[in-house]
Amino acid sequence: MGKIIQVGMADLKLAKAPDKLMTAGLGSCIGICVRDKSKQLGALAHIMLPLSTQARNADNKAKFADTAIELLVEEMKRNGADITRLEAKFAGGAQMFKFSGESDIMKIGQRNAAAVEEYLQKYGIKILAKDVGGNYGRTITYDPATGDLLVRTIGHGERII
Amino acid sequence: MVDDFSKLSGLQLDALREIGNIGAGNAATALAQMINAKIDMSVPQARIMLFSEVPDLVGGADKHVVGIYLRVEGSAPASILFIIPVEKACLLVDMLMFKPLGTTNMDNFGDMEMSAMMELGNIISATYLNALAAFTGLKLLPSVPALGIDMAGAVMDAILAQFGEVADHVLVLETDFRKEAVDLVGHFILLPEPGALDTILKALGVSM
Repeated sequence: MGKIIQVGMADLKLAKAPDKLMTAGLGSCIGICVRDKSKQLGALAHIMLPLSTQARNADNKAKFADTAIELLVEEMKRNGADITRLEAKFAGGAQMFKFSGESDIMKIGQRNAAAVEEYLQKYGIKILAKDVGGNYGRTITYDPATGDLLVRTIGHGERII
Repeated sequence: MVDDFSKLSGLQLDALREIGNIGAGNAATALAQMINAKIDMSVPQARIMLFSEVPDLVGGADKHVVGIYLRVEGSAPASILFIIPVEKACLLVDMLMFKPLGTTNMDNFGDMEMSAMMELGNIISATYLNALAAFTGLKLLPSVPALGIDMAGAVMDAILAQFGEVADHVLVLETDFRKEAVDLVGHFILLPEPGALDTILKALGVSM
């Protein structure tokens, strides 16, 4: 039996099968999972914001979609992955609160999802599946052995993508 | 400008804890009157935390909660989060609506119940801010509350993301409200924006 490695908000971790990666309570945040199937090696980044270029403090690369994807690629490569073969799945990007006269920040989930998609494509990483949007939270578990991404919710079912 | 919370001194944190104390004391009294029960509060904490640590304050990112969120506008912008475990929120609704305890549950938690919780958040936050404003002379105005019922991490992350563009840490002023000193009612969390800190510290006479 492998371990389940917890990934916190604005954090990034790698795991080799049979270990799994998990991140809890994604709202507007997104959990980006990548894997090299042949090496049974996976990584998960829990991002909060779309772009580091809009931030005054971008020290933590795992916090932003653009730099987190760059870091995912670097870390996978450093651990022996063939980065031309990376595949990705991601989940999150919900809008938890609705206000009248919605401010931009409350649409952060939508902007996160768009940035993740854009930067995965930019790095040539194939997107196999995604589960984004809605107004509910997600807890995800990624299995580097199978590439299965288990998405659990409260009141919106459980699925494997 | 203070844009790095880690530069705050012990004295400044003490001063912030003190305003948390004043605000929460008044909010506890308002809550007690609303639900007609004796409400105590924990010693308020003023802590600098990593984003990932904030959901742990309320039992972890996975914990099923009712979250009430208000934005504070005015001279010292901030966010207020009142986080209540779902089972406690159901009891609070029963008390607010004069129903026998155990009537409300997550299956019958509808618009009326949400509205009751938002009103509760409204009154607690306004009381907290009024006390703070009276003490500091700052103008602090709460927005209309928004309500989310979900995992604690999910309820909080968009709010924390607002701080993410300037910092990796947040300053958290936190108090737990308890009924009869033991039974947790909810966690009250104030997150001042980095730019507001100068204003608050100056008003408290402990600016840098």
